[in-house]
Amino acid sequence: MILTIAYRELRSLFMSPLAWVMLAVVQGILAYVFLMQVERFLQLQPRLAAMADAPGLTDIVVAPLLGNAAFILLLIMPLLTMRLISEERRNKTLSLLLSAPLSMTEIILGKFLAMIIFVALMVLLLALMPLSLLLGGSIDLGMLLSGLLGLFLLASSFAALGLYMSCLTAQPTIAAISSFGALLLLWIIDWSGSAGAAADINIMAYLSMIRHYEPMLHGVFNSSDFIYYLLFIGLFVILSIRRLDAERLPH
Amino acid sequence: MSDENLIVVENLSRNYGNIEAVSDVSFVVNRGEVLGFLGPNGAGKSTTMSMISGNLAPAAGRIMIDGLDILDDPRQAKAQIGYLPEQPPLYRELSVDEYLKYTAKLNRINRPAIRAAVDKAKQRCGLTEVGGRLIGNLSKGFQQRVGIAQAIIHSPAVVILDEPTVGLDPIQIREIRTLIRDLGREHSVILSTHILPEVQMLCNRVQIMHQGRLVLSDSIEGLQRRMQSLALVVAFRKPPDVEALLNIGGVQDVERLDAGRFRISYLAENNPDKALVESAVNQHWGLSELTPEKMSLEQVFVDITRAEFATSINESEAEAL
Repeated sequence: MILTIAYRELRSLFMSPLAWVMLAVVQGILAYVFLMQVERFLQLQPRLAAMADAPGLTDIVVAPLLGNAAFILLLIMPLLTMRLISEERRNKTLSLLLSAPLSMTEIILGKFLAMIIFVALMVLLLALMPLSLLLGGSIDLGMLLSGLLGLFLLASSFAALGLYMSCLTAQPTIAAISSFGALLLLWIIDWSGSAGAAADINIMAYLSMIRHYEPMLHGVFNSSDFIYYLLFIGLFVILSIRRLDAERLPH
Repeated sequence: MSDENLIVVENLSRNYGNIEAVSDVSFVVNRGEVLGFLGPNGAGKSTTMSMISGNLAPAAGRIMIDGLDILDDPRQAKAQIGYLPEQPPLYRELSVDEYLKYTAKLNRINRPAIRAAVDKAKQRCGLTEVGGRLIGNLSKGFQQRVGIAQAIIHSPAVVILDEPTVGLDPIQIREIRTLIRDLGREHSVILSTHILPEVQMLCNRVQIMHQGRLVLSDSIEGLQRRMQSLALVVAFRKPPDVEALLNIGGVQDVERLDAGRFRISYLAENNPDKALVESAVNQHWGLSELTPEKMSLEQVFVDITRAEFATSINESEAEAL
């Protein structure tokens, strides 16, 4: 049942130009970043060869690439998730789901699954670029994998928050703007932490989404980062289910 | 509760903030019955239907569908219902086939049976020829049919249609009505409308809602009786004097409408039509028209709601004493 809803969602997504344009734009920009980093590596190569324990191809090309990809996804995901529930509400198609023998959990999980599949597709397309380096050099595959997993978790978190925002309103644009605002806030929330030079653990820094992403880019796979993303996703998926359920109740 | 009662609604209430949309409504829908919900806009028809279909939760009261409480067993109860809201829930970017396949899956029809279910729904709703077309490109009448096909795809015990003929042209309205009449042979149907002839044509029973309350629940014959006002409209080629008409037994009052036409009111159980025709023949008035005057739906509404109002005043007076 969850699969049925996810399939319908993806189908509608790929029937509109939106999905294609997004994939193309993301891929285009990241290809440009990728080429810049490769060029930089080629310039640095003579000097790197002289250094002992020099940063490798993966450090110089892949880490910045995935770092930029995260920021672009921050801009793109709200546009992708804004329609999930709000458009069904606006077009009155939500009642089709509500009067079918389905639970709210199935509806929300179906929608979320569609987003995860789309995110996975984007991450896979992106992974092709670093993998192409294998043609002429060698990269640290473990580090690449850790970075890609980090990006996937990060984008899935964006999707969960966007889904919740879409549950709150009947206007896709409002959903997009509010999820963009919330994501950006979570992105920069650690700035206050770094301004105060204190080295002790800062709660703001802990909440920041980017702080849990950066270690993964450098191949450090910390289970606490992993759990942070799972909790984040779980929280917003559950909130979405509750919100959709509350809609039926008298208020 | 007998097996005949497919839907039992007890003391249903629902509010939107401070506005009470439906208050204390109870009724029963029997198996194989076409029930018409009549009422002006904002009377609470759509809210009641949304609650029966599980789209809204009631603030108070209980809805039993085939013995299942819709709040306790939503999944089994909803499987018995096909619902077409006022605005059909269509995905404009899908083709008719894709859409019906999707709704079949949502209603948990087994994979091998989906093809047959889609074909049957299309055939019943006259959609066989437009299966491959995008819903967004279809005319409003066809879209409405797709909406109905969606509601019947899992052969539910009851089909709920909220104002299915609104916004259609007269030919489309007639087609949709024929379709609804066909549906009535296999399913129970709850139909809401504010068009009286539609109810007379399609329904076995009628319920009238007004300001969130059920003010009348009656058979179609009962409604028709209520709608007969105690008056005849007659026209003559050689009109007699008003005096002559007043002398006919049973006539209470005569009102001249225009050249040769009169409105004759009479007391109940004393219909003067026979005497009137006899006098007209005997005295060569040239009777050319004789119609019992019918009240319009608005008048019925006004009559019923006024009666309600009067009884509630009497009750409050009685309480005051």
